[in-house]
Amino acid sequence: MHTWLKNAIPNATGLLITEMVITGVILLVFLILLAFFLGYMERKVAAFMEIRLGPNRVGPKGTLQIVADTLKLLFKEGFTPDAADKFLFNLAPGIIITTALLAIAPVAFARDFQIWDINIGVLYISSVSSMAVIGILMAGWSSSNKYSLIGAMRSGAQIVSYELSIGLSLISIVILSGSLSLNDIVESQANGWWILKGHIPVVIAFVIFIIASTAEINRAPFDLVEADQELTGGFNTEYAGMKFAMFLMAEYINLFVVSAVAATIFLGGWMPFHLGNLTGFNHIMDFIPSSIWFFGKTFFIIFIIMQFRWTFPRLRIDQLLNLEWKYLLPISMVNVLLATLMAIMGWHF
Amino acid sequence: MSASTVIFYIIASVIIGGGILAVTSRKIFRAAVFLLFSLIGIASLYFYLNYEFLAAVQIVVYVGGIVVLIIFSIFLTHASGDEMKKPVLWRAVFSALAAAFATALTLLYINEHNFTATANATVAPTVKNIGLQMLSTTQHGYILPFEVVSMLLLAALIGCIVIAIKIKTKE
Repeated sequence: MHTWLKNAIPNATGLLITEMVITGVILLVFLILLAFFLGYMERKVAAFMEIRLGPNRVGPKGTLQIVADTLKLLFKEGFTPDAADKFLFNLAPGIIITTALLAIAPVAFARDFQIWDINIGVLYISSVSSMAVIGILMAGWSSSNKYSLIGAMRSGAQIVSYELSIGLSLISIVILSGSLSLNDIVESQANGWWILKGHIPVVIAFVIFIIASTAEINRAPFDLVEADQELTGGFNTEYAGMKFAMFLMAEYINLFVVSAVAATIFLGGWMPFHLGNLTGFNHIMDFIPSSIWFFGKTFFIIFIIMQFRWTFPRLRIDQLLNLEWKYLLPISMVNVLLATLMAIMGWHF
Repeated sequence: MSASTVIFYIIASVIIGGGILAVTSRKIFRAAVFLLFSLIGIASLYFYLNYEFLAAVQIVVYVGGIVVLIIFSIFLTHASGDEMKKPVLWRAVFSALAAAFATALTLLYINEHNFTATANATVAPTVKNIGLQMLSTTQHGYILPFEVVSMLLLAALIGCIVIAIKIKTKE
């Protein structure tokens, strides 16, 4: 692709701009479609869990429902409250969606299909996702509404604490595979996914990662940020129209990024299901395209996280912080030690 | 002007503009947000120089850690939404002078210094190399400062716990 464009456009500046535009447009279109699909999927999963049908009127099987919702949001007034700090109020949705978009850059969607092959992919994703909290704090504060502010404060405490567990559970795989690059981690799973060949420490790390990342993206049962019974909507109470839709979209993109990272790190990303040295079996599995493997695994994890929402009751703020600081963090610290021991002794397959 | 130069000037203007707005804004929360832009600009400068590890650490430590801490302390202070009073004139003048002299001094030193390439072989700034250098005990290793810093951090952590701990009083 790069060489083809290079031949078409000799000028370096023009080439760079063209590539930027192409990547940007593809990414945005993909993410909008993704947000549509996840919105539809969430409603269907919710309906499935509650034994009802879900959206079924607009379009075949209700698939156009989300398009109708988007049109409705477009026609709403983009209202800015009088007492709000207008500059920050309008900036906050942009910040939140930008951080969500940045985190998607190093994710490998298929074999040799990646926007940015950065050699510290894991560290990059965790560092960029730590910026999301600033957007939420900004939105909550600039609304000058006490409920928004409480929601933002809760979210700050929550995201800052759960980041630690996410980092530690990712580190255990980084230790085993010996690289921070997402591509190398995927390649290291060519003879079996880490969750299968990594024994108990990797399974523990996987479970901790799923719990902590559900908390990090503020989804139920950790959605105290927008606990509607107490806070009428949390940090996004004052937002309406497309600005609100941007928060919603950022939530879905974050959900996708988190699931994609979990699929890449623990379930092999685009790597097909390989078992040790069974070449015949491995060869059959290679016939399934790598993108299907990647999206299959990612949507499996998204499905699990969506089910959480309708399975567990919401935690209280003290329970939430206890869970992180008294259980998850010590467990993941011991787990990192176990993984290190395993990597040194070569106990994994 | 090549694309690379254009990107450099964009990054530089974000850093400098963010810095100037951070000190001139009279709403303290906005000042923190402009500081955030300036710090992100510095991180993107590291990315521009292909020094990815340092860039990611810059984001983790400064953007994800320190700015969040600053924002939290702003939330906890009284009347954080009000505009601050206009600074006294002589204070503003002397601050401007201090900044100007510091800039002049830095520019002077950069002008006088002629950058010569080192004779040593270049080392790729990968995480592995940085880690090995950090923990090596040979002549140019950094094990001693590394351990001293870790002791300092441990002391700070224990100090925080001692300050924050609640001693149960007997009823």
